[in-house]
Amino acid sequence: MSEYKHPLKDTEFVLNEVVGLDDLCHESGFEEINAELASAILTEAGKFGSAVLSPLNVVGDTQGVKLTEKGVEETSGFKQAYRQFAEGGWNSLIADEAFGGQGLPNVLGTAVNEIWQSANLSFGLCPLLTQGAVEAISHHGSDELKQTWLPKMISGEWTGTMNLTEPDAGTDLAAIKTRAVPEEDHYRIIGQKIFITWGDHQMTGNIIHLVLARLPDAPAGVKGISLFVVPKFLLDENGHPGKRNDVHCVSVEHKLGIHGSPTCVMSYGDNEGAIGYLVGEPHKGLSCMFTMMNCARQAVGLQGVAIAERSYQQALAYAKERLQGTNRDGSRFSIIKFPDVRRMLMQMKSSIEAMRCVALVGAASVDRAGRAQDEATRRKALARLELLTPIVKGWCTELAQEVTYLGTQINGGMGFIEETGSAQHYRDARILTIYEGTTGIQALDLVGRKTLLNRGESLAELMTEIEQTVMALEDQATLAAQGRALRKALDAGQAARRWLLDNASSDPSAAGSVSVQFMMLFGYLCGGWLMGHSALRAQTLLGAGKGDPEYLKAKLVTAQFFSEQLLPRTQASLEAIQAGSGSIMALNEDQF
Amino acid sequence: MKVLVAVKRVIDYNVKVRVKSDHTDVDLANVKMALNPFCEIAVEEAVRLKEAGTASEVVVVSIGPKACQEQIRTALALGADRGIQIETDTMPESLNVAKLLAKVVEAEQPQLVILGKQSIDADNNQTGQMLGALLDLPQGTFASDVKVAGDKVNVTREVDGGLQTLALNLPAIVTTDLRLNEPRYASLPNIMKAKKKPLEVKTPTDLGVELKSHTRLLNVTPPAERQAGIRVSSVDELVDKLKNEAKVLRGG
Ligand SMILES: Cc1cc2nc3c(=O)[nH]c(=O)nc-3n(C[C@H](O)[C@H](O)[C@H](O)COP(=O)(O)OP(=O)(O)OC[C@H]3O[C@@H](n4cnc5c(N)ncnc54)[C@H](O)[C@@H]3O)c2cc1C
Ligand SMILES: Cc1cc2nc3c(=O)[nH]c(=O)nc-3n(C[C@H](O)[C@H](O)[C@H](O)COP(=O)(O)OP(=O)(O)OC[C@H]3O[C@@H](n4cnc5c(N)ncnc54)[C@H](O)[C@@H]3O)c2cc1C
Repeated sequence: MSEYKHPLKDTEFVLNEVVGLDDLCHESGFEEINAELASAILTEAGKFGSAVLSPLNVVGDTQGVKLTEKGVEETSGFKQAYRQFAEGGWNSLIADEAFGGQGLPNVLGTAVNEIWQSANLSFGLCPLLTQGAVEAISHHGSDELKQTWLPKMISGEWTGTMNLTEPDAGTDLAAIKTRAVPEEDHYRIIGQKIFITWGDHQMTGNIIHLVLARLPDAPAGVKGISLFVVPKFLLDENGHPGKRNDVHCVSVEHKLGIHGSPTCVMSYGDNEGAIGYLVGEPHKGLSCMFTMMNCARQAVGLQGVAIAERSYQQALAYAKERLQGTNRDGSRFSIIKFPDVRRMLMQMKSSIEAMRCVALVGAASVDRAGRAQDEATRRKALARLELLTPIVKGWCTELAQEVTYLGTQINGGMGFIEETGSAQHYRDARILTIYEGTTGIQALDLVGRKTLLNRGESLAELMTEIEQTVMALEDQATLAAQGRALRKALDAGQAARRWLLDNASSDPSAAGSVSVQFMMLFGYLCGGWLMGHSALRAQTLLGAGKGDPEYLKAKLVTAQFFSEQLLPRTQASLEAIQAGSGSIMALNEDQF
Repeated sequence: MKVLVAVKRVIDYNVKVRVKSDHTDVDLANVKMALNPFCEIAVEEAVRLKEAGTASEVVVVSIGPKACQEQIRTALALGADRGIQIETDTMPESLNVAKLLAKVVEAEQPQLVILGKQSIDADNNQTGQMLGALLDLPQGTFASDVKVAGDKVNVTREVDGGLQTLALNLPAIVTTDLRLNEPRYASLPNIMKAKKKPLEVKTPTDLGVELKSHTRLLNVTPPAERQAGIRVSSVDELVDKLKNEAKVLRGG
């Protein structure tokens, strides 16, 4: 079993030197929040994650969940851990103060969330989805809905779920069939949802489902979908969970990873119809979902960072212990001495640090977009947020596959055997490129809505900013090589953007054919940009005699590795993009 | 009843301790520091007394450079009410700490003073005892159970032969052992509240204490590295090695 320790130093470096937490808080009206408080919060969360959640990770994997006549029974130990988690107030971190939240910045909530997701991805999904449900009600619910549901979801007394997927409606939500029939002051919901994460469990006294369904007069397609709150237990006149609502988990899936997280088939209205309450306006359900999509997608991107970190810690410990080389005198040494094992460890380490930068900068753009004092900053931040979201989700979760693969590889044969825990991280990571919009969908979002729709303006603005970092690196003798590497990658980014703008309209398959290469190119470019920025900050701090010199020197080397070993991938992506859709679309279906 | 708790900033127990290259001390530069685990148990006990309605106020004191305010904040996040930092350039030795604490006790007049039985950095195990002597107060060290009953406190102590329970007249001094309680995790709302709780800074001069050195640190060396083990092929070989190489068995 592998242990987990939160990499506090790196998180603090990214928050303070890359994101600029103190300035962000000041600009965004979080007057009482600063680096010192962030450090206290991260330290306590780190303790809780290591001591309480992490030991249950392997239990969730081996034991899984069970469907009994009581409903879904979660892994043993999870209920107690969840109670402690809720009592610790961790569920309330970024939630609205008016409903009992702590109102902390999203970027800090994201940094803390990395701890839960690293410690125990299956467990971490439960508060993550509750958070999504809280946001949906906060943004779109009536005051009455907010008063009724939010306080107990924020305190953690009740959990929340998101019910979008149906057997015929996965990526394509236009095909949703679940029906909602008006009745007095509520609706009756009838239909089936599949793949619902934490759709049922015994950890709390109620579960609040957010459900997409169609009203009887709904127009066909995406413009006919509405959003409903459907509680597991209806509330009595005192607001306590009372009568069982007509919604049940009818089966749980057997799956490759995240065994501790129940993935439920939910049946609504087997009897009289489940009672639900409309959130927002009729037929506007999907646009309600869109407003919280950025946060939800970024949160899954962060899960990529988190599982990669967990896999790295396990692999590093193994690499230091495993004796598999013999010195001339017959004594043996550990595999961390081998250059190829070093390559794998450095690739993991530099990928993780770059991803952490991209994820936290993305999270900070949520704070700026929502709270910056002036309109211009807000608008700019919103464009940046929209642009970074598919990159955070798509690139971080794809890179997490490679990192967890390397984690297993470093373990040799033991990586394939379950005992070390490495295999679990590899399996758990696999879902991340699928739910909350597959990689393909993230990439389409980046080339379509985020690039073609604004004639590439958001990307151009981002690349102007990257140019600044290139120049700052080139100015420093010791970092000039990193500057040149970043410039080359930036040129690739410019060329890819131009190619897309030039070819998208003449070839209808162009954008969809190159989209994933395009997204990965910009992922590596953003990673290289922020690692370059990190190197500049590390150099400055070292020069000023501030900070931990060992950590900062390692950061310089890690940034150098990223620029030498990972940034060149942008060139390969560019060539693939420029090849266009030709060979991708040429075969007819029978030729496959 | 007021409870005073002394807390110390020490190297985090997870950190692998390194010795400075010139062997003058342990290297504390850029290592993670934390609240001494025995002090954390002391804070927990005081907070439980408050939650049970026995204590009315919990005051934490720490002595050291400004950074030790972090540990005071940690204690406040666990539920203490206010903090006092006594600012010194370095961590003073135990007798100085006891003298400073004695002055704080005189000023604050707590009924109960709880300290850790020792700090995990130097493992001296003497500050509580020295404080008891300086103030001429009853002391119950190595406590595994503390019960306040009227004007007395019953302290169960972990002694070599088992458990010993003493009834001490209040005010009294208690030092905590590992099994006294299991400290809680600070909750997020309490971490937020901690930053608003009062924290007073004083100097030894304010308290009229002159710091004196009674001991001198001559040299610090790391413990010898453990040698790798070997595999023996038989019991006879093992016995032979224990006799002749390790020299832990005699006879013949
Ligand atoms: C463990 C788990 C937990 C989940 N939790 C939840 C949950 O809590 N709530 C919920 O509502 N759903 C949940 N889901 C569902 C998840 O969001 C969907 O599986 C996902 O959206 C993909 O839909 P699908 O499975 O129908 O795949 P499909 O949509 O059938 O996709 C199959 C493949 O086709 C590609 N594809 C599909 N459409 C397009 C397109 N337009 N352009 C290009 N490529 C396309 C996809 O990229 C993919 O590679 C969960 C799924 C799993 C496995
Ligand atoms: C399912 C399974 C079936 C197997 N079947 C058989 C079988 O039928 N018969 C059999 O004899 N064996 C079998 N094996 C063993 C398998 O061949 C070994 O696991 C494999 O050779 C790796 O050795 P290791 O596990 O000791 O890893 P290690 O040698 O400890 O390697 C750990 C890591 O260190 C790296 N490394 C090690 N040495 C060096 C070096 N000199 N230079 C650079 N990097 C290095 C490796 O690349 C790896 O990443 C099986 C293993 C598994 C998991």
